[in-house]
Amino acid sequence: MVTAVFNDDALRQRAWDVAARVVDPEIPVLTIADLGVLRDVTISDGRVEVAITPTYSGCPAINMITLEIELALEREGFRNSKVRTVLSPAWTTDWMSEDGRRKLREYGIAPPLAGSSRRALFGALEVACPQCGSENTEVLSEFGSTSCKALWRCKNCREPFDYFKCH
Amino acid sequence: MTTASISVSETPLVLYTLRRADDALILGHRLSEWCGHGPMLEEDMALANMGLDLLGQARELYSYAAGVEGQGNDEDKLAYLRDVRQYRNLLLLEQPNGDFAHTMVRQFFYAAFADLYWRAMMKSSDATLAAIAAKSEKESAYHLRHSSEWMVRLGDGTEQSHARAQTAIDDLWAFTGEMFEVDDSERGLIDAGIAVDPAMLHPQWLKTVLSVVSEATLTLPKSDWMQQGGRSGRHSEHLGHLLSELQSMQRTFPGVTW
Repeated sequence: MVTAVFNDDALRQRAWDVAARVVDPEIPVLTIADLGVLRDVTISDGRVEVAITPTYSGCPAINMITLEIELALEREGFRNSKVRTVLSPAWTTDWMSEDGRRKLREYGIAPPLAGSSRRALFGALEVACPQCGSENTEVLSEFGSTSCKALWRCKNCREPFDYFKCH
Repeated sequence: MTTASISVSETPLVLYTLRRADDALILGHRLSEWCGHGPMLEEDMALANMGLDLLGQARELYSYAAGVEGQGNDEDKLAYLRDVRQYRNLLLLEQPNGDFAHTMVRQFFYAAFADLYWRAMMKSSDATLAAIAAKSEKESAYHLRHSSEWMVRLGDGTEQSHARAQTAIDDLWAFTGEMFEVDDSERGLIDAGIAVDPAMLHPQWLKTVLSVVSEATLTLPKSDWMQQGGRSGRHSEHLGHLLSELQSMQRTFPGVTW
């Protein structure tokens, strides 16, 4: 009995590590663990169940991520794994790891600021350019190439860049 | 060959959830009609993004309604196989896109409501509705900011943009009252702490609308006569046309997937 529990723990950790390596198809520099999309991994009757949470309600990447997790687990010998989507608590950019923020910046995407400014009707944000670090930047569009990003421009180095919106 | 419409057992909770799902689907579909026609690339993307948010909300709400109903319906059947009289969305949201000012005013009136509504719904005693609300309120905050900025840009812009924005307000104002309507079926859910009483949201909604409209140098109509009917399936002529396009594939090739 003790051994079984112990084995489940080891199994769970191995399954978590496999799932945690799956990347976001739209921002392939981030894993779902970096994003905070991976919420839980459980084992019951030897089967793995992974819980993930969507970033935005309509995020099309969630179907792709589900499939990628199942395939990754299958490749590592976990048969018939199941991925379920949980809505509560709602995903927030505050769950993004420090490592994830650094990787985003290096990839050319400005990481999300703290969530407080989201409510301001005509919000003024100070987003640093991921290329040159200048805060002399302006918003071009609140909505960018994917649901989670806005389009900005640096007035210092003139580069347009994506900003990962706080949520 | 076409597929017959499904029937839905509209218990109060099913009906309540369907009404919100239909709101999100119909407005989302309207916004998707702009795809490739936006006045500029950034705006095209913004409208498609917001449409996608709303489609995501609609899917969650339809799935929940189908589960509560428990008659074997699912999100696809509820969206594709109900006829126009079975749709429960607000009349405001089915109004045609018109010019860009009409689309923005419609968006602004609704987003100013949805933002308050979803925030209040986070306290619902229904755990699923509260969870859907917690996601939706984050999205609606962006929708409100986006449309508020456009209200000011259009209203306080050129003579032409000001006139078009004012015409859009005058045309759409009579559809705003329906957002605050409550019938007997909803009253029970409000008393049970499941639903939000929209009348409680009206003062704050009006305050937001007035402050943005005045910042935009625009005015609200004096008339307080309001059009109703969408919540009970009595729609304007526009919804039937919208649904014929939205549903044509599933009606023509039942159950088709690709």
